[in-house]
Amino acid sequence: MKDGGTQQAEKTGRRTGLILLLLGTALTAAGLLQGQYASVLAKAIRICMECVGIG
Amino acid sequence: MGIQAAAALLQNANFKGFFTGRISEIAAKGVCVPGLNCYSCPGAVGACPLGSLQSFLGARPFRLPYYVVGLLVFFGALLGRAVCGFLCPMGWIQELIALVPVRKRNRFRLDQPLRKLKYLVLAATLILPVFIARTPFFCKYICPSGTTAALFLAAADSQIRGLFGSLFNLKFGILAGLVILSLFIFRPFCKYLCPLGALYGCFNRVALYRGSVTESACVHCGRCAEICRMGVDPVKNINSAECIRCGDCVGSCPAKAIRFGFTAGKEPRIIVKEADMNNVQ
Repeated sequence: MKDGGTQQAEKTGRRTGLILLLLGTALTAAGLLQGQYASVLAKAIRICMECVGIG
Repeated sequence: MGIQAAAALLQNANFKGFFTGRISEIAAKGVCVPGLNCYSCPGAVGACPLGSLQSFLGARPFRLPYYVVGLLVFFGALLGRAVCGFLCPMGWIQELIALVPVRKRNRFRLDQPLRKLKYLVLAATLILPVFIARTPFFCKYICPSGTTAALFLAAADSQIRGLFGSLFNLKFGILAGLVILSLFIFRPFCKYLCPLGALYGCFNRVALYRGSVTESACVHCGRCAEICRMGVDPVKNINSAECIRCGDCVGSCPAKAIRFGFTAGKEPRIIVKEADMNNVQ
């Protein structure tokens, strides 16, 4: 069993997590609408010279 | 370990690439994977979230990276650092190295101060590309996943080998250092350097996949804190930013007081059956 304060903190944490999950979904959707998927794809299908320690 | 291996293989399912040295160009590469997995790895079938984020931050004209930030917030809010514990190939590689039977030291004086370093790396990862255009600081100077990708590419393509210079040597030194450290310390990269771990750690307190300790059941034997290789005391702070949700403490608890999951910490609903109600009447 948990005391009232811990229970409340647990509920608040869970609620915040849910709100952040929705926020993340909304941001992802906004990015998709702006065509940012294509920008990520364009970068990901070419060898990133900095990443592999060349550029 | 099984889930980690499956996740690493799934995220690097372009097996042909390891032999040809050509990276995948499939549409899925426009989607960021949750863990640290360089998109220049010949096996990668998804995009690295940190590489993509830095690419946006360093691009001119500047655009707010809604898509990548959205995915990071989504993964963080859903799983927190369970991503590190189960889905990150770099974490899995370090755990494989840790299997070498060498005496590990997971508690030493500098351990706690060094943990803060990853937050500095995170700050530099987010801030530097904004001011120095087209410089993905973390990818360029630190990322061991990128260096591993380079080694795979170089193994299949001699032209790449010819391009290696001082920058690669620096990155290779970091990778080699981490490999050696992984023999003696559990997941040194995750503990001290990984900006993605630092970011997901900030979500641990609110992530839907969480831990809970049933206080009335806990016998305070201290076994959970003793067994935790990330140096967390689950009884004091089960949702610590350092907890990667590996679940070692769950198995160690003699009272079965520790739980991880999407419903962990929720008070059980009391269901009164009709028969019980009749008994009451």
